[in-house]
Amino acid sequence: MSDRLPTLGASPVELPRPRRLLGRALGRPSLPALVGLAVVVVVFGAQAPGLLTSGGLASVLDSAALLGIGGVAVALLLIAGQFDLSIGVLAIASSLVTALLIEEAGWGTWPALLVSLAAALLVGLVNGFLVVNTGLPSFLVTLATFLVLQGTSQASAQALAGSARVSGLDEAPGWASAHAVFGSTVQLWDGRFRVSLLWWLAVTAVGTWTLWRTRFGNAVFASGGARRAARQLGVPVRRTTLTLFCLTAAAGWLIGTLGVVRLDGVQVGAPGLGSAVDFIVVAVIGGCLLTGGYGSAVGAAIGALLYAVARQGIALAGWAPPWFQAFLGVLLLVALLANAVVRYRLKAVPRS
Amino acid sequence: MMEPGPVEPPTGSAVPALELRRLSVRYGSVHALSRVSATIPAGQITCVLGENGSGKSTLVAVLSGLRRHDEGQLLLSGEPVHFRSPQQARAAGIATVWQDLAVAPLLSIWRNFFLGAEPTRGIWPLRRLDVDRARELTVQAMARVGVTGLDPDQPASTLQAGARQSLAIARARHFGVRAVVVDEPAAPLTVGQQTLLLQTIVAARSQGLAVLLVTNNPRYAHLVGDRFLLLAHGQVAGKLTRDDVDASDLMRLMAGGEEFSALNSALTDLHSELGEG
Ligand SMILES: Nc1ncnc2c1ncn2[C@@H]1O[C@H](COP(=O)(O)OP(=O)(O)OP(=O)(O)O)[C@@H](O)[C@H]1O
Ligand SMILES: [Mg+2]
Repeated sequence: MSDRLPTLGASPVELPRPRRLLGRALGRPSLPALVGLAVVVVVFGAQAPGLLTSGGLASVLDSAALLGIGGVAVALLLIAGQFDLSIGVLAIASSLVTALLIEEAGWGTWPALLVSLAAALLVGLVNGFLVVNTGLPSFLVTLATFLVLQGTSQASAQALAGSARVSGLDEAPGWASAHAVFGSTVQLWDGRFRVSLLWWLAVTAVGTWTLWRTRFGNAVFASGGARRAARQLGVPVRRTTLTLFCLTAAAGWLIGTLGVVRLDGVQVGAPGLGSAVDFIVVAVIGGCLLTGGYGSAVGAAIGALLYAVARQGIALAGWAPPWFQAFLGVLLLVALLANAVVRYRLKAVPRS
Repeated sequence: MMEPGPVEPPTGSAVPALELRRLSVRYGSVHALSRVSATIPAGQITCVLGENGSGKSTLVAVLSGLRRHDEGQLLLSGEPVHFRSPQQARAAGIATVWQDLAVAPLLSIWRNFFLGAEPTRGIWPLRRLDVDRARELTVQAMARVGVTGLDPDQPASTLQAGARQSLAIARARHFGVRAVVVDEPAAPLTVGQQTLLLQTIVAARSQGLAVLLVTNNPRYAHLVGDRFLLLAHGQVAGKLTRDDVDASDLMRLMAGGEEFSALNSALTDLHSELGEG
């Protein structure tokens, strides 16, 4: 039957020598963040030697931990090509739910935590459902969620507790065990290290494993990098997106819970848009492309560390705090440019 | 969990591998396919020909589970099926080479090869990709289509356009146990690539698979095709077998089909105008 074919025969396709070094470097989205971290540690280590003591380390790691938990979750979402601005305010709103249930309704600690987790997941579901079913940009959907949650939590704190602060939760049943899980500390030399560090490590490790070693991880990469191809090959893009929004919501709840247990209460301030983009900044510094399809959980964790070192370093070096914002802006710009280069190299496909 | 099982290629050719019965697909008010009936028997190459926008890719989308048909029936070995996702179609042994190849440039070659149907091991909370097996199978499958010396961990964007094409073809060969659907790639192909595509199609036929080749090149179709399905404006404009036509007939018929359908739609427009007037 094949006699109708031209007698050419498929010429074996010659592959160009793989650019190994480049390939390797591109396989590690966290590399630029690692370099940045080294630079920042050297610079601020010289400017503020206090940073490199066990006390300084403890405070850096402490602020990196909360940021890192959210950063890793947002990184996964960014890799799938979506944004979440609501995670920071979700942290506050869910801890407010916990606090109000304990303080005003007299619930035990664990039931209150479970209900606030359920509420957070519900918000994540709504975010994901809207994004998946309306095709609206997730940036705008979660901006709306951010505003709704911020307004609602401030108003209900005022209405139900009479002030923006709910405190004195440590009398509640189950508080001691919750404190052991979310709030215990260990003293090493003159630094107090918190359990949030372990949560951060666990979230990063699980995130990394999930991304690289599970079918879900493959679906996350494909949903962001090549949504059309993913659909054509039957990757459950919608389900993946929904799951990721629930995961960021759960991360928000975890951050809120770590905070509420530590402070024995919650302060409903006005976190402003700043904290809404913090996690995205961290993920982008960690090497995630805003266009999706590329990034890593480890990168986001390193990004959080870089962020925390810079903030603590500037404080310890005695610079005026606003410098941190300026520094962060520069850092973000550098990260975006580095990512643009990566993107260019990755997409620069030779055409025949 | 959705790995394609070893589906037996149907031998008795009484029941066609795939059959469409008065199948319709609408996008809003656009009738992309209307009441299309056709058979795609095993061991034969069925070519779908038609101008741009005549519904060829829509037909591919239905057969590969991307789009559900609105009316009519799709029969797989005589059984009516409604694929809910491309995963199900692939699990049923129908693999597709997409018009745009469906390659994710940032993912590694082996991840691309198995995307949507990754081999796993372990049980649920610890169920993980079987990376070694996936790498190995990818290298083997790519070697079978003539791409050797491949590092499956490289991102697919490092592949030349031709090798990407081979990736899409190798994937279809691997997963297509019952039928292979080829939407002729829109990107221009080198002679070597065209030959590879044709060889793949012919090899699939001699393995007893049902092959559907979408093209708008009649000469190309005549080279390998056993049966020809002409589409115009989402409707069947003609059904022919290899014995009925030669290449120039096919070309003329395609043009004729367009002319005929143009005339047809002009007449219907006229009718509706007259009806309203
Ligand atoms: N997702 C969609 N939404 C709306 N209309 C669509 C969609 N996909 C296809 N169509 C319409 O359906 C009709 C058939 O399109 P289809 O892509 O099947 O044509 P085709 O024969 O593959 O064309 P080509 O040769 O350009 O690939 C066209 O009129 C097209 O505009
Ligand atoms: Mg088409």
